Amino acid sequence: MFDFRIVTSWIHQMLTSYMSEGWALLIECVAIGIGILLMYAFLAIVLIYMERKICAFFQCRLGPNRVGPFGSIQVFADVFKMLIKEIITIKHVDKFLFALAPYMVIIASILAFSCLPIAKGLEVLDFNIGVFFLMAVSSIGVLGILMAGWSSNNKFSLIGAMRSGAQIISYELSVGLSILTIVVLTGTLQFSEIVEAQADGWFLFKGHIPAFIAFVVFLIAGNAETNRGPFDLPEAESELTAGYHTEYSGMHFGFFYVAEFLNMFTVAGVAASVFLGGWMPLHIPGLDAFNAIMDYIPSIIWFFGKTFFVVFLLMWIKWTFPRLRIDQLLTLEWKYLLPINLANLLLMVLIVVFGLHF
Amino acid sequence: MNIKEKIIQIVPDAQFSEQEILIATVPAEHFHTLAERLHSDEDMQFDFLQCMTGMDWGESLGVICHLVSTVHGHRVAIKTMTGDRENPELPTISDIWKAAELNEREIYDFFGIRFINHPDMRRLYLRSDWVGYPLRKDYNSDESINPLRMTNEETIDTTETLHLTSDGKIESEENVIFDEKEYVINVGPQHPATHGVLRFRVSLAGETVKKIDVNCGYIHRGIEKLCEGLTYPQTLAFTDRLDYLAAHQNRHALCMCIEKGMGIEVPERVQYIRTIMDELQRIDSHLLFFSCLCMDLGALTAFFYGFRDREKILDIFEETCGGRLILNYNTIGGVQDDIHPNFVKRVKDFIAYLPPVLEEYHSLFTGNIIAQQRLKGIGVLSREDAISFGVTGASGRASGWANDVRKRTPYGVYDKVDFKEIVYTEGDSFARYMVRMDEILESIHIIEQLIDNIPEGPFQVKTKPIIRIPEGSYYASTEASRGEFGVYIESQGEKSPYRMKFRSTGLPLVSVVDTIASGGKIADLIAIGATLDYVVPDIDR
Repeated sequence: MFDFRIVTSWIHQMLTSYMSEGWALLIECVAIGIGILLMYAFLAIVLIYMERKICAFFQCRLGPNRVGPFGSIQVFADVFKMLIKEIITIKHVDKFLFALAPYMVIIASILAFSCLPIAKGLEVLDFNIGVFFLMAVSSIGVLGILMAGWSSNNKFSLIGAMRSGAQIISYELSVGLSILTIVVLTGTLQFSEIVEAQADGWFLFKGHIPAFIAFVVFLIAGNAETNRGPFDLPEAESELTAGYHTEYSGMHFGFFYVAEFLNMFTVAGVAASVFLGGWMPLHIPGLDAFNAIMDYIPSIIWFFGKTFFVVFLLMWIKWTFPRLRIDQLLTLEWKYLLPINLANLLLMVLIVVFGLHF
Repeated sequence: MNIKEKIIQIVPDAQFSEQEILIATVPAEHFHTLAERLHSDEDMQFDFLQCMTGMDWGESLGVICHLVSTVHGHRVAIKTMTGDRENPELPTISDIWKAAELNEREIYDFFGIRFINHPDMRRLYLRSDWVGYPLRKDYNSDESINPLRMTNEETIDTTETLHLTSDGKIESEENVIFDEKEYVINVGPQHPATHGVLRFRVSLAGETVKKIDVNCGYIHRGIEKLCEGLTYPQTLAFTDRLDYLAAHQNRHALCMCIEKGMGIEVPERVQYIRTIMDELQRIDSHLLFFSCLCMDLGALTAFFYGFRDREKILDIFEETCGGRLILNYNTIGGVQDDIHPNFVKRVKDFIAYLPPVLEEYHSLFTGNIIAQQRLKGIGVLSREDAISFGVTGASGRASGWANDVRKRTPYGVYDKVDFKEIVYTEGDSFARYMVRMDEILESIHIIEQLIDNIPEGPFQVKTKPIIRIPEGSYYASTEASRGEFGVYIESQGEKSPYRMKFRSTGLPLVSVVDTIASGGKIADLIAIGATLDYVVPDIDR
């Protein structure tokens, strides 16, 4: 299987042969940063197009189909429109926080996105507390949302932000605990090692029932984390018009919008990496020929294939279910998901201690 | 003992006129006593205030109330007036029938009659700085008096109640609607969930709704006033624009009322066509209800399903009527034109198509656990409240009140068809939803019985070029998509009505929102609003 470390170390060697180690690192950092941003933007466009098409097919419609073949240029056009739109500054807002909020959200989203192991040897942020880091940076986003709601000086925005705060803080627990279940199984917090550990079978299959429960809980909680339906209460359009980003316009609104899609991608990516083997091909112990054939498919395709599959699941859920009410949402988390999760974690610990897993 | 004798016993100097129903005219000082007795007396129990109309008879201003007893089924109208045009004051009956509360505000708005002991004497539709009372006959409609104002209407947080002191003086007491510390948000007039330009001022404690104040009038067009200056055939155009999802039924009611006044019988073919159209319209409205409810609860996919199927009805309408939303089909003495040759076939195709689709709705939305949790036990409207507020239609039937006009006073050919009146007893949002979904099936059932049997004959009777209605008052009502739509005409024998009043189906629906949504969450308010299914132009008229 192709290892991207060959490419990255080749670039590193080439740069160090021309300049000092420090300059080489600086150039690499900049290049990686640009690469991440480009991929982030491109994925946002792909996801928006995908969402529009999928939701259209769910709703007996065609979706975008005029601009470009099958409407594929539509989203590019929309992004361009969003970029050139005026950012309207509203009189009665707290200007500093109002302007800062979308950047907080997007920075949190990009940092979390950077943790994903995209292919073999292609990890940007990969260190021994990777899972912990991901949890930490992804929860910065809620600050941005609270700031947006508070600084907008709008009662609807404030309600939306408060809902969002309550929701994200609650569901963070379930997300953390369900990943922790797998961490207990692997004994590492590093994403690359978690993926490597799935070489002889994905954790969804290896981890017995607890892994499956953890996967389902993670999907629910992760969906709630990203404020997407049926958990889109912070921006419930029929109740709060647009929730915390009501007062935003132009690209500031665009940041919230894009961050939401990419957060979904991150959640799906984490689900794919932790439960479905990430870039690791489907290996079945004992079937060596089959495993060898699977290895011919590049790791990057495995990763994106799995991630987009989970994204599709999330979209399916969003376009099927009605929205929950705030008290039902919190009841679901604190009375059902959290106890289930804790029991599940205990079960996983027992399984690991007694060596019952595959 | 009949009602007339009873009334004479209570108010000896009552005057009576008997046309279609008994109308008792009583002096203002006995009005409240009479109303109270009519409501509470064992033999009468007039618990449903069907229609409350303000009147200007030239030298006096007054009100006329149509009452129905849901226990005994009999009807009566009571009338009172005051000669004082400067400071007209009448006793309130809002303590007896809650439906009177908004109706009296409307009458205050249009006629300037102030109701003593009414808790909230604000204008209902017009701006608070409006000069004059437009439905009075001596109203000056000069534009310089009420110019197009460029300032926003000020939101008033206080209101007044008038009390009659023992020495005959009127005292005013100030009531506070929202005090300064309350967190009040505006749901509407521009809000996705109000389905139009309706405005709720909602006081919140966190996510919990404490109190709701309904503000109407953003789409008030003064239709009743306009009608007074037009001939009868011209007034027809307005009814389609009241509740646009009950265009046929509204117009049916107006045509019936005028036909009743003129004393003409419409041919049987017309009766059949009108009935089928009414039912198609009901299906249309209920499909839209389903769609909008789903959208308000966040289930956007179901929303499109409803609209997809509603489209087929609109196509049928378009072929026969020419219009899709504003249909202009019924006329005095018949319908505008004969049904399209394709009509029967397309309707049959449609009624065969719909039931499996409804099953799909149920599996997509009704059975969903989130949908059930969002609807069950939310916004419970008791049967007593439903009657007292006059919440007719599917919303009232969900509370266990069998109020279907099609059953109570059959019109069209409803007496010839077999159909069930869907009644649920829970009174919650889910019951309101289920009543409508079941009614779609009943409507299909009605159409099934009629569509093959439309008799041959003329689609219109010849009427005189100028239509006049003999002096008197007439009331006719139909079961519109969201309740009883009534038309009250008072004629003085002219070619235009002296007073034309439309009983709004939506006004009672918004008047209960405060009662049933207080204490719930914001999201519940949205669900309640969606299941009550009001249409704003019908409220504002």
